[in-house]
Amino acid sequence: MIQVTHLTKMYGPRVAVNDLNFEVKKGEIVGFLGPNGAGKSTTMKILTGFMPATQGQAVVDGHDVFENPIEVKRNVGFLPENPPVYPEMQVFDYLEFAARMRQVPKGSVSASVKGIIDKTGLGEVQHRLIGNLSKGFRQRVGLAQALVHNPKVLILDEPTVGLDPKQIIEIRELIKNLGNDHTVILSSHILPEVTATCQRIIIINKGAIVAEDTIERLTTRLNKGLIYNLMVKNPAAEGIAALRKIQGISNITPAGPKLIIEMTPGGQEIRDKIIETAVQKSMGVLEFSAERVSLEEIFLQLTTTENATGDQI
Amino acid sequence: MMNIFTIARRDFRSYFNSPVAYIVITGFLAIMGYMFYFGFAHYVAQNAQYQQFNMGKSISITDGVIKPLYGNMNLIFLFLVPFITMRLFAEEKKLHTIELLMTSPVTLTEIILGKFFSALGLVLVMLSFTIVYPIILFATGNPEIGPIVTSYFGIILVTACYVALGILFSAMTENQIIAGALTFATGLFFWIISWAASSAGPVWSDVLMHLSLIDHYSNFGQGIVSTTDAFYYLSFIGIGLFLTHRVLDSFRWR
Repeated sequence: MIQVTHLTKMYGPRVAVNDLNFEVKKGEIVGFLGPNGAGKSTTMKILTGFMPATQGQAVVDGHDVFENPIEVKRNVGFLPENPPVYPEMQVFDYLEFAARMRQVPKGSVSASVKGIIDKTGLGEVQHRLIGNLSKGFRQRVGLAQALVHNPKVLILDEPTVGLDPKQIIEIRELIKNLGNDHTVILSSHILPEVTATCQRIIIINKGAIVAEDTIERLTTRLNKGLIYNLMVKNPAAEGIAALRKIQGISNITPAGPKLIIEMTPGGQEIRDKIIETAVQKSMGVLEFSAERVSLEEIFLQLTTTENATGDQI
Repeated sequence: MMNIFTIARRDFRSYFNSPVAYIVITGFLAIMGYMFYFGFAHYVAQNAQYQQFNMGKSISITDGVIKPLYGNMNLIFLFLVPFITMRLFAEEKKLHTIELLMTSPVTLTEIILGKFFSALGLVLVMLSFTIVYPIILFATGNPEIGPIVTSYFGIILVTACYVALGILFSAMTENQIIAGALTFATGLFFWIISWAASSAGPVWSDVLMHLSLIDHYSNFGQGIVSTTDAFYYLSFIGIGLFLTHRVLDSFRWR
């Protein structure tokens, strides 16, 4: 659905996006992750035809963004960083305007607007001035304007900024459901958001892609050895010694009732063995859990320590 | 075409959803009313004097009332149009709503023309109120209709030039004050550009005279429609809108 090849954007001498290559398939929800100023918004603005790239090519639904911007814009819904709303307009009128601008056929404008108001939960404010709405509602109006023409591709720049936790969950659900028949790219610098909604993430730093994969794969790729936590009633030395003998365990650190079990990287699945041994030695298993490297850590590793440690991935 | 109309309608309505339209229209009508009333009163008094001393000979209502009235209207539009146009692009940039326009499947030309017609629409609303003056004149006297019609024609053309200029400067900045001030200053400069004609050489003097916004208006005020004048105004509008297109397009590349 979206192909980006060798995309480069310069603001004067400053490189905002540097030789970006990626692809998004139909129906996929892809998260763009990166610190502020990484080039997320710039990439999105290029994809929507708002600004041209200095070099490279971007193709959306078979249409080149540069050669055929009108066709691309027809199929794209865009929510910019700041929702593009007119404060002096009423929500309903504004969405009607957005629908007309997005070439919704004359007869179905009103129906599309009503549909999107329901979908985004704007019913109670539809006849209020946008300028008088809270940030959360304004953000929803921004989302509604991106969706009003039912575009094939949705590009959302930080869609949940300024929303309260309940609204965030609602919007995430909405985005997830959109993934069924829309292709979605959303950017964020908040990791749980991406984890909650996206199937695949692209991590950008300083205008270049530093990692691109599914969340699970990225997590395992960076796990240089899983860590399990075992809580027991009776952390006796005998039991610990027996556990240490299991192949694939590199180290065990007792911390009170908790045993921190480090695995050798790329080891086999031995969780049942650990439990078995602990039960045999009647240690009294209370809790057993895997400690995952969180996306935050991956993100920080990729975007900060990447340069210092060389080939991190 | 539909897109131009959609944009023009939104911007036109937005004038009336904010105080802009009401303030500009009220200010305009207050000043015009004042000018008309005292202009007319002065004319009546002067004519009475003429009739007392020169028996029979008098100033025509066209020369005495209509010409100064519409000439002044032109000047007032020079002052007021910057307030109408300054927001058109500057505000869109400031509010980031321009991103909605620029990511919609419409061309830049359609956006610019939509804005142009919205501002011109407001000007036409303002002008429509002034029809009451000729009506009063027809009710009380016997003016010629020709100069009135051509004056309106001229006024529409010359204010369209101010609008084109205003859109150009509004596209250049996100600060409305700067846009408005530059529009007024440049508009005024094109009014008085012919002042330099007297001290310029023969060729330059012709060029400067030809560039003046006000000199091309004088024919319309007298009831004459010349294609040269109309062509000048239309080119002025065309160049202004073309430059706006270039300015907005170049901003995307930066």
